Amino acid sequence: MKAATFTRRVLLKGAATTAVGLYAAPLRAAPPEAAAITPALVDAAKKEGKLAFYTAMDLPVAERFAKTFEAKFPGITVRVERSGSERVFQRIGQEMESRIYAVDVVNSADAAHFIAWKRSGWLAPYLPEEVARHFPAEHYDPDGLYVTTRVWLSSLGYNTTLVKPQDAPTSFADLLDPKWMGKMVKGHPAYSGTIMTATYQITRDLGWEYLEKLARQKVMQVQSSTDPPKKLALGERAIMADGNDYNLVQLKEAGQPVEPIYPSEGTPLVTGPSGVFKSAPSPNAARLFHNWLSSREGQQLLVDFARQHSVHAQVVEKPGRKKLSEIKLMKDDPAAVERLSEEIKTRYSQIFRV
Amino acid sequence: MNSSKSIAVATPAERRGFRFDMTWPILIGFALVLIALVVLPMSWLVYFSLTDRAGNLTLGNFAQLVTNPTFLDPLITTVILATSASAICCVCAAPMGWLVSRTDMPLRRTVRALVTASFVTPPFLGAIAWELLAAPNSGLLNKAYRALTGAPQDEALFNIYSMGGLIFVISCYTFPYVFVLVANSLDRIPGDLEDASSILGGRTWTTARRVTIPLAMPALLAGALVAFLQAMTLFGSPAILALPAGFHTMTTKIWSLFQYPPKPELAAAASLPLLVLTVLLLRAEHLILGRRGYSVVGGRQGSPRVVQLGAWKWVALGLAFVVLLNPVFLPYGALLNAAFSKVPSQFIWFDNLTLHNIEFAFFELSATKLAFKNTFILCTLAATIGTVLALVISYLTSRQAITGWRALGFLATAPVAVPGIVLGVGLFLTYTRPPFVLYGTLWILLVAFVTIALPSAYQQMQSAFRSVHTDLEEASRILGATRLTTLGRITAPLLRTSVIATWCFIFVGVIRELSAAIMLFTSETKVISVLIFDLNESGDLGAIAVLGLIMLAVTFAVVVAANRIPGFGGGIRFRNT
Repeated sequence: MKAATFTRRVLLKGAATTAVGLYAAPLRAAPPEAAAITPALVDAAKKEGKLAFYTAMDLPVAERFAKTFEAKFPGITVRVERSGSERVFQRIGQEMESRIYAVDVVNSADAAHFIAWKRSGWLAPYLPEEVARHFPAEHYDPDGLYVTTRVWLSSLGYNTTLVKPQDAPTSFADLLDPKWMGKMVKGHPAYSGTIMTATYQITRDLGWEYLEKLARQKVMQVQSSTDPPKKLALGERAIMADGNDYNLVQLKEAGQPVEPIYPSEGTPLVTGPSGVFKSAPSPNAARLFHNWLSSREGQQLLVDFARQHSVHAQVVEKPGRKKLSEIKLMKDDPAAVERLSEEIKTRYSQIFRV
Repeated sequence: MNSSKSIAVATPAERRGFRFDMTWPILIGFALVLIALVVLPMSWLVYFSLTDRAGNLTLGNFAQLVTNPTFLDPLITTVILATSASAICCVCAAPMGWLVSRTDMPLRRTVRALVTASFVTPPFLGAIAWELLAAPNSGLLNKAYRALTGAPQDEALFNIYSMGGLIFVISCYTFPYVFVLVANSLDRIPGDLEDASSILGGRTWTTARRVTIPLAMPALLAGALVAFLQAMTLFGSPAILALPAGFHTMTTKIWSLFQYPPKPELAAAASLPLLVLTVLLLRAEHLILGRRGYSVVGGRQGSPRVVQLGAWKWVALGLAFVVLLNPVFLPYGALLNAAFSKVPSQFIWFDNLTLHNIEFAFFELSATKLAFKNTFILCTLAATIGTVLALVISYLTSRQAITGWRALGFLATAPVAVPGIVLGVGLFLTYTRPPFVLYGTLWILLVAFVTIALPSAYQQMQSAFRSVHTDLEEASRILGATRLTTLGRITAPLLRTSVIATWCFIFVGVIRELSAAIMLFTSETKVISVLIFDLNESGDLGAIAVLGLIMLAVTFAVVVAANRIPGFGGGIRFRNT
């Protein structure tokens, strides 16, 4: 078991080496003191009794986290506010500007958002004890403002009743084959942080020409990165051009005819950080939830139920999911996404017309 | 219409009741409310459309609008869409209205009730249900077609993700507007005139052509207009069906301009063509209907004549049910199927029957309870406030009770020209800054919903007023009652059915409302329509089906209850609203 965790740690480090702008400041400031879940914190949280969790993760996954937390800390209700990361970003910006302080904890699929929120000074420094002890240093902010609470991929996928395994595409280039015309579905980078992150990595590595050619394939355009896997399971489209691989794993394990494909050019890597807002209306409940989410228990749930990857050193991989070490990955770069997101949205909507 | 007569009569009454008459202050109050509802947000809209980011005066936004194909295409699409939908609505709804009102077709009440059902079905829910039915590959109808004909996997009978599909779905949930207006107007046309025509030797067709149709024409034109405007300003259905198909309508384009980073100035500019178009249409309607009097409900009245259809009545009934298949039976069936099926695109069978979706929607989805509560509060308040506003304003305009009644009528109708989403932005801009900071509360949603509901409520009340002759009111005024007393004691009771209908009309209209709510909600003021829209974007169709069915059940319960309140229109059948 020890060997397994070691492998994954090394791996995730490797996967995230380019997350320079986000995590590895040249001069690492002293992080705030690591905080444990103390009885005093639990009591104060229970007094507040509720918290709002803004997130982009698939709704049933987010609600499972909420319900598990509620069961562990009775008397605190979690309201999940789920939307696409880019929507969540807009929503929080709009609320903060109007001085509506509703968000307690946020989890985004677009790590670039935390750069913006850090710059605005909206995040509260809070470093959970287990993060300081068990998370690789590049996976939490030096000032303790946010922590990578989940890692997953934007993969390709296919419906196994509509496509035979030997006919399934194995690369992004394969998707440009005319035989997939009108048979693909994909998410939208102006809605989904996962798709935004993936679109950046794909256009960086394959060029915008790839998307221009893909757009000529009459791709069905949906919004969330959680939707393409579901459209595959429905049998509405045969091929998924981007979207959450974890949804495919979940659906496959539930007996649906879907299969993820990790393309030969490399699969876009998505890291989803979480953080507590300074203006949180329930500051203690927010910290408790954030702490629990990044604890071994929360992270094990992430692996076991949500079928995503954790950077927590003690979390045990559950079989049935391809290890990150076996997959060729594209490199994530939140700082570049932050710089280019507006251009990506504009160019994307010109190419795909929506 | 009889204006010289009513003025002549009104003057002495006004002189006599002058000391006690609270009419004027109240009238001015209503005008002020309307200005706050309509003029304020629209002023912000115009201001934004004419300024750049830095606040300098510019025409650049409009220049972009006419030169940039990403704005022109949606505009053309929208015009085609609204025209087609309006035409389809008239073609389907007018004959149906005539059948239930003027013939001996069996099950007329049932048909009316079913039209009511399609009216209260939120269009976005219908759009999602039609996705379940007619998505090219996973749609239940297409699956059934392939199973029956052995057609290959990639052959589809219907593709709902297309312009045709969108027009069809919009028509499904817009045709009740036309139907209601036509059927109600035919109900009110007394048989006397038709009898007179027959006695003078007119055959059935001649009577229809020379008497019935001309009398029903204003209602049909008004219906076509309402249908056009509804189709043009609809947001949910295009957002659900047009985006996957790869095209924008004006409303979805405007909405996309508010994604991060928001471009309110462009959105404001893009919404003005819709505003202008609608104003022109309203002008046209006024020119068509303006000079004729249609006061057909007077103090005495003959009952409507019933046309005997003979054996054709069964054919007529069959056709009515074929029409109703599309907005009601098929979509409801698809939602029921999706609510209890593990995979929404599979027909329920023993191996995939599940209660998981219900469990999820009620016990896991943490937004459900709050969204239902918010929706219920907003619906009730908006319906009550909106009905009172519509009643008083229609009275003022149809009786031309104050100078400037035209402006009042225009103000009450103007919101119909403003896509909900744009009104949402106008309200957002207006009410996020002092002195009225309403954003983040239910109040801003209430303001939006009342404003949005007002035009249709006003049109309904006004068309009701048009058919109530002024002679009874004049009698009351001659006997010394003020305008308000007359309105409360004579006119409103006469219009009881319409008042109840309007209340319900607003209630269900608010449940359906998505486009303004989507701009104005915060996480704590989320309504059920926004929740469903969110769920659709993440593809959680099972939960949508459950919430949608509950929403429909609540709506039906309200319609039935409002229809049965004793002493409040008791015994009067609720008319297809």
